[in-house]
Parts: sequence; structure tokens; C-alpha cells
Amino acid sequence: METRKKVVEVKDLRINFKTYAGLVQAVRGVNFELYEGETLAIVGESGSGKSVTSNALMKLIPQPPGIYASGEILFDGKDLVKLTEKQMTKIRGNDIAMIFQDPMTSLNPTMKVGRQITEVILQHRSMPKAEAKQKAIQLIDQVGIPFPEKRYNQYPHEFSGGMRQRIVIAIALAADPKLLIADEPTTALDVTIQAQILELMKEIQKTSKTSIIFITHDLGVVANVADRVAVMYAGQIVEYGTVNDIFYNPKHPYTWGLLGSMPDLDNDAEELLHTIPGSPPDLTHPPKGDAFAARNEFAMAIDYEQEPPMFQVSDTHFAKTWLLHPDAPDVAIPEIVAKRIRTFAEKEAQYND
Amino acid sequence: MTKEKILEIKNLKQHFGSPSSPIKAVDGISFDVYKGETLGLVGESGCGKSTTGRSIIRLYDITDGEIIFKGQNVHGKKSKEEVKAFNREMQMIFQDPYASLNPRMTAGEIIAEGFTIHGLYKNKKERQMKIYELLEAVGLNREHANRYAHEFSGGQRQRIGIARALSLDPSFIIADEPISALDVSIQAQVVNLLKQLQKERGLTYLFIAHDLSMVKYISDRIAVMYRGKILEIGRADDIYHHPVHPYTKSLLSAIPLPDPLSEKRRTRIPYEHTEVPDSATYYEVDEEHFVYGTESLVTEWAKARTK
Repeated sequence: METRKKVVEVKDLRINFKTYAGLVQAVRGVNFELYEGETLAIVGESGSGKSVTSNALMKLIPQPPGIYASGEILFDGKDLVKLTEKQMTKIRGNDIAMIFQDPMTSLNPTMKVGRQITEVILQHRSMPKAEAKQKAIQLIDQVGIPFPEKRYNQYPHEFSGGMRQRIVIAIALAADPKLLIADEPTTALDVTIQAQILELMKEIQKTSKTSIIFITHDLGVVANVADRVAVMYAGQIVEYGTVNDIFYNPKHPYTWGLLGSMPDLDNDAEELLHTIPGSPPDLTHPPKGDAFAARNEFAMAIDYEQEPPMFQVSDTHFAKTWLLHPDAPDVAIPEIVAKRIRTFAEKEAQYND
Repeated sequence: MTKEKILEIKNLKQHFGSPSSPIKAVDGISFDVYKGETLGLVGESGCGKSTTGRSIIRLYDITDGEIIFKGQNVHGKKSKEEVKAFNREMQMIFQDPYASLNPRMTAGEIIAEGFTIHGLYKNKKERQMKIYELLEAVGLNREHANRYAHEFSGGQRQRIGIARALSLDPSFIIADEPISALDVSIQAQVVNLLKQLQKERGLTYLFIAHDLSMVKYISDRIAVMYRGKILEIGRADDIYHHPVHPYTKSLLSAIPLPDPLSEKRRTRIPYEHTEVPDSATYYEVDEEHFVYGTESLVTEWAKARTK
């Protein structure tokens, strides 16, 4: 796997917002990398900084009130943080494209969908209009919408939610981006439609080798699409690894909490779900030490004093918790999570037989 | 073991728009809810599940059919007193904890509004004690009574919504997507709270949601709705492990699970709707497990199901 091309590398990214209440430290030192054709899922609750991180990659953070306090975003070796707005316009939509959560609001209601697609094509490529139209129709077809010629001339309100999200994907793909950022692209959709959109995105990725950053809070969706996963909490990545690392060998108590709080179909209705008590910290005054300490039943004295470093679990797996320190006591992973992992392993064994 | 019916829905229809071309949001559904159970109502957006909930609690005037709650017709002609008595028995928890609380009232006032309307706890001290008791029952504390809605997080607001629903000691609660707007870890807190309150107070829930794994977890029985009709109803385990109707199968096959290995080989079963003739009705395929369709279709589906 040494030949894999690194598409994005984010180093120590910090983003603050100036507000009347004080300086909000929304992203507090995030590092990750993404290779060609790979999907990285960023998971976290609202306010964890996952959307700010992805918007930062597109330089969509309004300044002011936003401040790029430190860090680099290397895209194809170029640091995006240093680029001017004019240089950035060339990259946005062309090299990096974005799909937003709500397909109802991300399309222009007064413009035919066909034109919304050709607009992007013509912005980034010089070609005759007729050719752009052909390409747009081909894209509509590619995202699985029947009758593309007819659909080309329709307005967004004539499409259902799932179909609109397909159009949004077609627009995002119009300029053959190297990186696609999908910010909760299926949250507003029904499960059956969600499954179709996820299938579509995976299929497109297979043919075009696009790298995808997938932002979501749904762990089921993560298991479905991701190659690697970054779990975010209070503006930091707290656990980072391959999808199997995170789901079958989670190390951070916050990840345990997330996995435990989601019921699966075999959950015993008699037992309560494992919850994470309390709510996330206020990022105007991030707590001293480990930001998760106050909600962590396994918190130790040091968690309130000093921020844990990223401990390496394996070649691919990292977690930011003092529990991984050699001197820390052995803490067993909560029974409800452990049990689920065992059931999955059993099912897997059954399947392989 | 005979179960007591608390709510009976008979051929409920709720049509909107002009009578000549009505939108049939709910198109002839029948089901019972037993005392102390949780019935989950699932389906895609627009299938009529919220409309069903709202019709049951008299937020809409129904087009046709009967809703019988504790032996009384809900939609019959009622005096003001009778309506009030009904409202005390049945309450609702709404989806959006931001929109469902009045921003100009404190949590205490929101919870106590029902007391004023129903003339309960007129003694100020007694009323205060009742508010505190409710706040504590939903996991908040006394100090929260004097705060306004914007001072609470989403999960806390939903707890206030629950406290309000509990304030008049209802026996039946309709929860319309009560956790959809909340974060995962907060969802679990609220679901645990609902379960615990049910145990303590013997509540009956109609739990409306589109998140199938959460519905499976909280419900004793589940009804699957599609285009204004209930296609399949039965015990939660039966619906999930032995679905009969092709739509239920399709819906279940689309749920993403937190298990990457099984996700990698998931095959979604697409659903193609087949119109059934008007003669279609409910057939019992197993104990307490009913499927909507014609006799020949249901037999065919039941044969094809995965055991």
C-alpha cells in the first residue's frame, strides 16, 4: 500500500470563533490524512467540531468571526490555509466538492436543475454549451435518475428528497473532484433512500477514485461507508483508526459510550442502553486536562490535570485517553459493548462456515 | 393472560384537501393498543404515521372510522368537561424540542400550564412541590424551574416536554419522533428515561419514529405503515426476525448496523409496490402477527419468508 497517494493532510488545525461570549475554540488541534480512493468518516455529536473541520477544508469558515489560529491543510501538497480567496475559488467545486445535509436548501429553487449542473461545468472547464448539456445529462443518468433528458429541464420542487440529493451529488461530481466532502448527506432522508444514496456514493467512488470525507453521527452509516474513522469530541479527534479498529476494538471511553448508546436489533429490551451522562463541555472555556473527563466514568485524577496524548494502539489505530498509558489500571470495556462485539464475531463465524 | 385494550382504532381514515381529489394521509387502518405496552409505529416520511398520532389525540377531525379510548369514542360529541377529562388521560410528546416549548415561559410555567387549565393544585406551595417532583422525575433538578427554554440543551428541553406530558398523570402518551432531533448519546438518555417512567407509572406509549433500531428496542409490538396503510403489525421480535410483507423486508434491509463486516456484504432488498384490491384485509400469519393483503398474496409471502 506504499504507492497510495496522499490527497489531504491536515496538521494541527485550530479554528476559533470570536463571539460576544468570548473566544470559542471549535477545533482544537486536529490531525488526519486521506489517501486516494479512500473514505474517512468523521463521527461526533453536534458541537464536536466535525462540520467546522470539513468547512475549514473548503475554506468556508467566514472570517471574521472565524480565525484559522494554527495548522496546515495540505491538499496535493499545497497549503490551503495560505491561499487567497481568488485561488481558493479555483479549487472549490473543481478539486474539492461538497454535499450538504439538506437537499431542500442546497439547490436553487428558481433554476432548472440542468442549468445548476452546467453552471458548475462551465465555471471550471471551457467547453461549448451543448457539450456541457450532454455532460450534465450524462451525470443525471450516472446518479441513477431515470429520463435524464426530461429531468434536465425540471425545477428542484419537481423532485423528491432522495432525487434532489442525487442532483446535489451530480453537481458535486460535475468537475470530477479529487475530494468529496459529504456533510451528513443522508440525515434528512428515509432509511430506504439513505441506503440507495450510500450505494450510489460507493459506486461512484469505485469508478472515479474520488476520496471522500463523510461526516455523520450515525454509526450504522459509518460502518457501511468508511475505510477509516475519526471520532471527534470537543474539537479534537479522540480516536482514529480503521473501521474495524473502531467497531471491534474501541479504546476510548467516548467511543464505548457512542457504541453503547445505539441499540442494535438484538438488544434485549429489558436492559437499559449505555448512556454517556451529562452533555459536552462549553468550548469557550475548554476544561483543563481531558475534555471528556467530566462525563467519563473511568476518569482518573490525571484526566483533570493534563491532556492525554495520542497513544498508538496499532499501526493504524490511535486513541487519546490516559487509559492506554502503561501505568493506568486495566479498565474493561462496558459489558453491553463487549457483548455486542462478541455477537458480531459469532455472526461472522457463522457466515464464514 | 388477557390483555386489556386501552385504545381501539377501527378503520380510521384521515383525508386532506378537496373531497373530489383527497390526499389520503391515513386510509383505513385498524389496530389495538394494550394497556402498559409500547406500540411502535414506523414508516417513511409521508406515510401517515404522524397524522395517525395526531388524529388519535383529536388534533384533527377524522374523516371516517372510530377511535375508542377506554371504552369511549374519542371523536364523538363532547362537552368541555369531557374533553378536559380526555386531555388529562392522553398526552403527547413532540419531535422538535426547540419549537414545542414557549420561549417566553419558564420551565416551571410550561409544566404548570396544565394545572391552571384543569384547576389543579390551586395552593401555590402544593403546585410548586408538584413541579419539583416532575422535574426530578425526568432527571432535571429544582433550580431548573425558573429557567427559560433557551437556557436548556436539546436533551434537557425534551425532558421538559416529557415533564409537561406527565403533569396531568395521563395513562396514554403519544410520542411523535421524540428523539429524532437529539444527538446519539442524548437519544439513549431520553429512551432510557421513557422506559423507566413507563415502568414506574404503568404508562402506555404509542411511539412514532423512523429510526427502526430504536423502535425495535423500545417497542413491545410494531406496526409498519406505508402510504396511509398499516401493512404489517406484530410483536417486535417477529417483525424484525420473521417479516412477511415485502415492504417490511425492504425497510429492514436498509437499516445500517454498527457492524462493518456485515455492512460490507449488505444487500438491500428493493421494494416494488403492488396495488392490492379493495378486498384486501388483515390475515393472521402467526400469533398476534397480522399482514395486510389478499389471501393468496399473504400465503405466498408467508411461504417465502426467511425462517
